[in-house]
Amino acid sequence: MITNDYMMAALGGALIGISAVLLLWLNGRIAGISGIINGAFSRTAGEAGWRIAFIVGLLAGGLLFQLFADQPLITRSNYPLPLTIGAGLLVGFGTRMGSGCTSGHGICGISRLSPRSIVATMLFVGVGMLVATTLQGFLK
Amino acid sequence: MSVAKPLTSLLAGIIFGLGLAISGLANPDKVLQFLTLNSDWSPALLFTMGAGIVVTFFGYKWVLQRGPVLAEAFSLPTNTRLDPQLLTGAGIFGIGWGLAGFCPGPALVGLTSGMIEPVIFVIALIAGSQLRKITA
Repeated sequence: MITNDYMMAALGGALIGISAVLLLWLNGRIAGISGIINGAFSRTAGEAGWRIAFIVGLLAGGLLFQLFADQPLITRSNYPLPLTIGAGLLVGFGTRMGSGCTSGHGICGISRLSPRSIVATMLFVGVGMLVATTLQGFLK
Repeated sequence: MSVAKPLTSLLAGIIFGLGLAISGLANPDKVLQFLTLNSDWSPALLFTMGAGIVVTFFGYKWVLQRGPVLAEAFSLPTNTRLDPQLLTGAGIFGIGWGLAGFCPGPALVGLTSGMIEPVIFVIALIAGSQLRKITA
């Protein structure tokens, strides 16, 4: 049901927000996933531990969902391999260069009214739409 | 204290992962349904971002007037410049996001799906990030 889809989308978004607020309130940190992944490899004391714990939590959340939900997490298979690899490389490169992704800029940064995050989010959503719209036209 | 921070991070991670899964954002099909402007277009992702921003906006306001419970100070970004790195990086990220419909958080959550695609994506993502680190 379509209405239900939107309700779940908003509920999920609210949970993401609650998580971001908890992380800043308790640990003083921004819930930006690309930064958390990069920092998880840090050898500086106190930098890696909480990030690894957060990533473990993300995975646990995914498993919990699949335990109780009646729908699969991902509904596609056989997506063209070169696209997946190319996309991963670009997302990894771009999020490090641009200091953030959908969570760090799109949720946390916009909520702090950071001009950098507002511009970055408009850019990656706009470019993402342009690329997806062009590509999906060819794939279909 | 040394155990408290990882534990609270773990809790925040669980809630974040549940949020991504419940919202549908962990499913690249649904993300592409938002990014692809055609007759199948779905605004669902706007509801996720909108709800996330509303909760975070007011929550952050409340938190920033107090202080972090387990840390000495907030770790907030200090750079305020719209520099070329930000603009180019966000553009490159947008290309990658539009190609497959995965961004970092959903890809990590997708690792639990038992499918191979998120695994390949996350390996490529780490490689791409390292590439930027050594070439920057």
